[in-house]
Amino acid sequence: MIRDALLIARKDLLIEWRSRVTINQVAPLGLLILIVFAFAFDANRNLLTKGAPGLVWVGVLFAGVLTVQRSFTIESADGITDALRLSSISPVAMFLGKAAAVGLQLFVLEIVLVGGAVVFFDSRIGDPVLLIAAAVTGTGGFSAIGCIYGAMSLGVRVRETLLPLLLIPVVAPILLAGTRAFERALDISTQAGWNWVGLLGVMWGVYLAVGTLAFGPLLEDG
Amino acid sequence: MAAAIDFRDVVVLLGRFPALAGATANVCEGEVVLLRGPNGVGKTTFLRTCAGLNAITSGSAEVLGHDLTADRNNVRRHVGLLGHRTHLYDELTVGDNVRFWASTLGIAESDAMAAADRVGLTGRLLDVEVQRLSAGQRRRTALAVVVARRPRLWLLDEPHAGLDHEGRDNLDELLRQAADAGATIVFASHELDRAESVADRVLEFSGGRIERDDP
Repeated sequence: MIRDALLIARKDLLIEWRSRVTINQVAPLGLLILIVFAFAFDANRNLLTKGAPGLVWVGVLFAGVLTVQRSFTIESADGITDALRLSSISPVAMFLGKAAAVGLQLFVLEIVLVGGAVVFFDSRIGDPVLLIAAAVTGTGGFSAIGCIYGAMSLGVRVRETLLPLLLIPVVAPILLAGTRAFERALDISTQAGWNWVGLLGVMWGVYLAVGTLAFGPLLEDG
Repeated sequence: MAAAIDFRDVVVLLGRFPALAGATANVCEGEVVLLRGPNGVGKTTFLRTCAGLNAITSGSAEVLGHDLTADRNNVRRHVGLLGHRTHLYDELTVGDNVRFWASTLGIAESDAMAAADRVGLTGRLLDVEVQRLSAGQRRRTALAVVVARRPRLWLLDEPHAGLDHEGRDNLDELLRQAADAGATIVFASHELDRAESVADRVLEFSGGRIERDDP
């Protein structure tokens, strides 16, 4: 199963490498969100610095929705879902492979966005270990739940508008916990950041469990 | 000879529309069977149902000994389906696509490349992205994936469509070789002269049913 999951992840990353949608379109969009906020709150730098963790996660949220959408658009084109169903790859391996590919792309995106926060919002990284742990667990949870909803939207004609509508409310707890952990990692608050990382880890585990159970039936219905 | 396909009064609903409305058919292993009939009479649905992709509402259906009413998954790895859509990733090259789909079935890369070679995909063509291919080249790439699978049951929906004259001759030769090797082939085609010269039997579709069975 791990071999099959790696096969799917490698294929998705190869498609991204060839098309460069995340690099050329999604990452610039995430940075653009930060820049727009930098212009909007430029008169109040203090507010901008304090709000940086939340703004980074807002960037991750919108860029993440686009990444998930892209990941499932390539599967619905040209009847590819049928070919996946005719293959020997288990739905669990497909889910884990797609979640891994989306997660890796989002993690790279987060590095870019945190860099953007340092440049545009004068953020200072106080606890890099906490920052990386929160980014990994938050991204893992986001990509897992994103792939569940991505599979759910496979057969839907209005997927482009429906997916954000369904996904954004569901990932709100990740946004909240990720923001709190980032606040501690960027030296904005003194509250215990690792508790929020723990919560992100629990959400990641739950979403992975749900995904491994639900992905097969969702693929059949799609 | 054992039955490769045994359908009895099979009903398949697509939404509320009965795409198969009580279809009964029996295809023996090693036979080459042509599905004939105008558009919208259930040929594509029949092929997809044989591949285990459509749920059966009523009736009984066995394909390669697998009961499709009980489990549609087990038959899938034994069939090769070439549908209207080619099941290819546009951003990947011809070689990438053939290798990927072969590896999803645990087929060795050398066998996958031999299949590509068999349908005329060689040299620099293997490094071309699928989105830059002509319709005929796309079709050949999809056919290479089917050949690489070495299926026991070939399910082909208008396989000649989009191919040039040489490609069509090559396809007919390929089908004869597969049949000689013991594979069962069921295909739908509107190119009747060419298709009937390959087929052992013709099943005539009308209104979601098989109206005639001509040897």
